[in-house]
Amino acid sequence: MEDLDKFGLEVRDWLETNCPASQRQPMGPEDQYWGGRRGTFPSEDAKIWFERMRDKGWTVPEWPTKYGGGGLSPQQAKVLKSEMKRIHARTPLYGLGIWMLGPAVLEYGTDEQKQQHIHAIINAQTRWAQGYSEPGAGSDLASLQCKAEDMGDHFLVNGTKIWTTAGDKCDWIFCLVRTDPNVKKQEGISFLLIDMDDAGVTTSPIALISGESEFCQTFFDNVKVPKENLLGELNKGWSVAKALLVHERKLMAEIGSDSPRHILQPNVAAREYLEFENGKIMDARLRDDLVEYDMLMQAVALTHFRTFEEKSNGVRSAAPMVMKYVGTEAEKTKSELLLAIMGSRGIGWEGDGFTPQEIDTARLWATSKVMTIAGGSSEIQLNLIAQKVLELPQR
Amino acid sequence: MALVLNEEQRSLQDTAKDFLSKQASIASLRKLRDEHDPIGYDPDIWKQMTEMGWASVILPEAYGGLEFGFLGLGVVLEESGRTLTASPLFASAVVGASAVLLGGSEQQKQALLPEIASGDLTLALALEESHHHKPKHIQTTAKMQSNNFVLNGSKVFVLDGHSADKLIVVARSNGAASDSAGLTLLLVDRNSKGISCHRTIMADSRNAANIIFENVIVPSRDILGAVDEGWSVLEPVLDRGRVAIAAEMMGCALEAFERTVVYLKDREQFGVKIGSFQALQHRAAHMQSELELCRSVLMQALSTVDDAPEQLPLLASLAKARLNTLVKLVTNEAVQMHGGIGVTDDLEIGFFLKRARVAMQVFGDTGFHKDRYAALCGY
Repeated sequence: MEDLDKFGLEVRDWLETNCPASQRQPMGPEDQYWGGRRGTFPSEDAKIWFERMRDKGWTVPEWPTKYGGGGLSPQQAKVLKSEMKRIHARTPLYGLGIWMLGPAVLEYGTDEQKQQHIHAIINAQTRWAQGYSEPGAGSDLASLQCKAEDMGDHFLVNGTKIWTTAGDKCDWIFCLVRTDPNVKKQEGISFLLIDMDDAGVTTSPIALISGESEFCQTFFDNVKVPKENLLGELNKGWSVAKALLVHERKLMAEIGSDSPRHILQPNVAAREYLEFENGKIMDARLRDDLVEYDMLMQAVALTHFRTFEEKSNGVRSAAPMVMKYVGTEAEKTKSELLLAIMGSRGIGWEGDGFTPQEIDTARLWATSKVMTIAGGSSEIQLNLIAQKVLELPQR
Repeated sequence: MALVLNEEQRSLQDTAKDFLSKQASIASLRKLRDEHDPIGYDPDIWKQMTEMGWASVILPEAYGGLEFGFLGLGVVLEESGRTLTASPLFASAVVGASAVLLGGSEQQKQALLPEIASGDLTLALALEESHHHKPKHIQTTAKMQSNNFVLNGSKVFVLDGHSADKLIVVARSNGAASDSAGLTLLLVDRNSKGISCHRTIMADSRNAANIIFENVIVPSRDILGAVDEGWSVLEPVLDRGRVAIAAEMMGCALEAFERTVVYLKDREQFGVKIGSFQALQHRAAHMQSELELCRSVLMQALSTVDDAPEQLPLLASLAKARLNTLVKLVTNEAVQMHGGIGVTDDLEIGFFLKRARVAMQVFGDTGFHKDRYAALCGY
């Protein structure tokens, strides 16, 4: 314990000296650094901050030092995280490499794979994309058809992956591919790492209802992939993907710990867009919707805290299993509420007839529809709760 | 603040679960109901509960209490919500004791708290005057006459009102009908001259009464807190009561839910277990999510009583509103998912439905607490 306190003080000192003031400010998406061959730093300070953290190994605090990680114990990593949070230090490097692929390579990879990929992730040389879903395999992911045929010295990959986040900005993609079409669908899947600069790989962005195109579709046309790019055993890719989901959930939760700026909250919008009388919102229906939402969000926030406390105390509960469902449904509720509060000022799409904040609100409303579909739809989440928590009989 | 139980609290929970499920199950409540029991709870069971210290969980050690705090109380109440145990625990050991603790003089505390803890004295709060919770709207009067107060008025929905030894009466000593200023809390023997008590039989088979006060003389030494300043005691007492009943409602909801999930795994129709139908699975999974949210809210509210009383009004309203909504959803679904057998008196699931509706009305329904939460948030 004393050692941990001492470590905390060292961390605090180090952060004080090394974290530039600009990197302690609330941030928007444009302030994030994702690395990769085509990655650019949002600012000179962001570069300095990333380099200092990278040199300490603290962009990946718990990874082994021999690959450039921080080598911290989970307790030390927690201290680092809370010290960073204390001064609102920004996350210096974002990416699926850190959150998902790296942990999977460390767990399932060969020494060569670790040498090749872990350094590249830590040094932000590779930005990773995820290739799971396909046009015909959404909620029913295991029915995926993108195939990798064994050609002796390499795999020949043909097919397509969809919803690859920022696929057009990534360097490598980790894919679930079908390596045996003749067995039960989960048992013929392998986990393959593919360089997106390889011949036959093309990517095109998908325009969404929000007007953004953060997702892409990636096509594989006779792509030759070296045998050594198989992660884990042949036809055991489904277990690798399942193990990875744990990392995904854990780390996705941490993204939220950066201080976001100018996200309009419904109770703030109410002051600007609704009429008050004697300190009360006059529209009783909207007031009721607002209080319902505020109560829901307080309950969601408290549940986040509870899962954290339970984890530190080694207590198991069903709370983590319901968070995706309640959290994303709450986000949708919020967006609909904002539109209701703002009336015809909440549905502006572009141009100077609306404030930037109003247009953001409408765009975010459209984006919120993604949340209850991506990463396992609400219906899939409810299936999972029914199966894993309630252990209800399956058909 | 704690959102997980410590070892002491978990052990108290185990003891409570064990005792209540064996000694004070729903079968006991059914018996009390069917035999038209004049008291409405089993004094022997209550005696044993007090011997285990349950009536003194929140009391300071100085007054013979265990000083386990509200998280400790919460686990006992939650277990009693699972078994729907009728006892003076809520009315006397939580609401009554809190009023004495927060409003009483040192002398009153010394005299009353150990008696409450031992179960030898039971209290009831005589507050409501209409069929909706309006704690400031008090028309029962307390008028000073020489060294006494004279009480006149009528109260309804007084929990344990017909069985308690003493009543804590909320009366207006000053001000207009809806002012928070001008309220005074008076402690009066239920058998005092001028009090007529009419027991009301509610859907949940638990105890409540309508009480009329006609020129009841109360010595001025028997007020709790200061004259005209009863609100400053009453509001935190009500908030503690709201959090406590929310804990009981959590137990009620959990038990009804768990029994329903067991039924879904057991009942067969169309040649399969009905729990395999997605139409039912999704509704059950949604309830599980709501239970998880309410669990966090409840833990925070219970901790807030002891650790951050300045935040209690917000948390108490959050807890009561959310638990009201939860227990309504879960008990309705529990009956529906049990199908035909769910509406029979033989099956105990109906007892949860009925208790839920009464508990929802105690110290403010959902609308009351949403309105209060909004006001506290400044809109």
